[in-house]
Amino acid sequence: MLLIVLDQVSKIYPGNVQALKDVDLKVDKGEFVFVVGQSGSGKTTLFKLLLKELEPTSGNIYINNKNLEQLRHSQVPRFRRGVGVVFQDFRLLKDRNVYENIAFAQRIVGVPAHRIRKNVMTILELVGLREKYRSYPSQLSGGEQQRVAMARALVNNPPLLLADEPTGNLDPKNAWEIMRLLEAVNKRGTTVLVVTHNRNIVERMQKRVVTLSEGQIVADHRKGGYIYV
Amino acid sequence: MYSWANGLKQGFKNLFRNRLFTLASIGTITACLFLLGMFYCIVVNFQGIYSEVETTVGVTVFFDSGVKEDQINQIKAQIQARDDVDKVNYTSAEEAWAQYKEKVFPNNKDNILTNLDSDNPLADSASLEVYLKDASSQDQVIDYIKSIDGVRSVNASESAAKNLSSIGKLLGYASAGIIIILLGVAIFLISNTVRIGIAVRHEEIAIMKYLGATDFFVRAPFLVEGMLIGLIGSVIPLCVLRYLYARVVTFVTSQFSLLSALISFTPVGEVFRLLVPITLLIGLGMGFLGSWFTLIRRVRV
Repeated sequence: MLLIVLDQVSKIYPGNVQALKDVDLKVDKGEFVFVVGQSGSGKTTLFKLLLKELEPTSGNIYINNKNLEQLRHSQVPRFRRGVGVVFQDFRLLKDRNVYENIAFAQRIVGVPAHRIRKNVMTILELVGLREKYRSYPSQLSGGEQQRVAMARALVNNPPLLLADEPTGNLDPKNAWEIMRLLEAVNKRGTTVLVVTHNRNIVERMQKRVVTLSEGQIVADHRKGGYIYV
Repeated sequence: MYSWANGLKQGFKNLFRNRLFTLASIGTITACLFLLGMFYCIVVNFQGIYSEVETTVGVTVFFDSGVKEDQINQIKAQIQARDDVDKVNYTSAEEAWAQYKEKVFPNNKDNILTNLDSDNPLADSASLEVYLKDASSQDQVIDYIKSIDGVRSVNASESAAKNLSSIGKLLGYASAGIIIILLGVAIFLISNTVRIGIAVRHEEIAIMKYLGATDFFVRAPFLVEGMLIGLIGSVIPLCVLRYLYARVVTFVTSQFSLLSALISFTPVGEVFRLLVPITLLIGLGMGFLGSWFTLIRRVRV
């Protein structure tokens, strides 16, 4: 069953800069997909299009059978609640502790207060940080911060998780731990799409790899390694 | 529910995050609303004096020689019948003469002018004093009276009424002009304060968007911030004005007894009954508008 469909999607930025050109991509529910490519290949544009942060110049994007173009502005927040997002730089609120960072995501979607504590502690258990719920981001290692970011992205149980270079700021050991965590999340049924440069990780994980070059998909391997373009 | 609670909490925090801009905005609104309040106090008191003067501004009507008292009474009834006339007093020629004597030689029983009583020099000076409900209708009343048969002349303290009216208008226009300019400056400053708040919290706003926050959730703290600035900026001048008004009234009535005999100040309660809600509403309104204009342009999920 398809979760993501890109149908002839192109994106041209002002100044006639072509970021994506006639991209066709289908991702099934429950899949784990790497999107790889050099800088400027269109990975970030694809990421932003999937979050409806950008609009395609032409073509259609469907997520869960919904055409993103037809979403009204007032429907965008609800759509985004179904997409967990993890960034390279973690993007945690530095003035709030681990618990508050995650509870914040629940409050935004209006989860009742009495359920927040239970949900936050459950998700912290999953990412292995239950004991550190009172710590502030500055007191955590990079790997731990990324796990908090993942907990925040997952606490509302989104069917899709998008990760933009989630291992970019981490050493190989922490990077691998994060990938194992993403794999565990994927095994629970969440569709995971990871944009990355990390060749070692991609080769080791043996998942589907979509390669972008100059805004086009040049390779799509079901269970492949990193393709050099 | 959480959106409101979060908006209030973050709104309070925002006030302290950009202290300098918050103070500048509060200062400008305070200055603006202080001037507004000051002009309001002046205008209210001016209106009080004006209404008092209105009732004392009269029109005096004199008659052709030979017009009898009966005819004068008929004219009196005719004038009295008008809606814009408050009351009409009749002064006979004898009363006019007696008043004149008293004016020239007050409290003098052996008034030298008494010798002229048998041949009243003011025989043709019977008059009607017409008091108006509203000084602005004076011209129409005068034209009407002049058109009545038997009326010789009409005297009116025209300039007093007109001057009062035009001073009132001038004061109103000047204060409206100054207040509008200051309101504009205040809204601009609030808008700037909120804009800086948005820049400072740029990262947090971006995270909120990704997590599925609605426009309202993101904007509420900034709206609260703007409205709090407006509220504080309106409470300060109200307190200052309340204190100063009482002091000024006490000072004037004790130091200038002659002036206090001529004019009566509007009571504090009466002035502030309307001034308090007006000032608070304007303060909150400015805060809301200042932040709203910035938010609709700069914060959209």
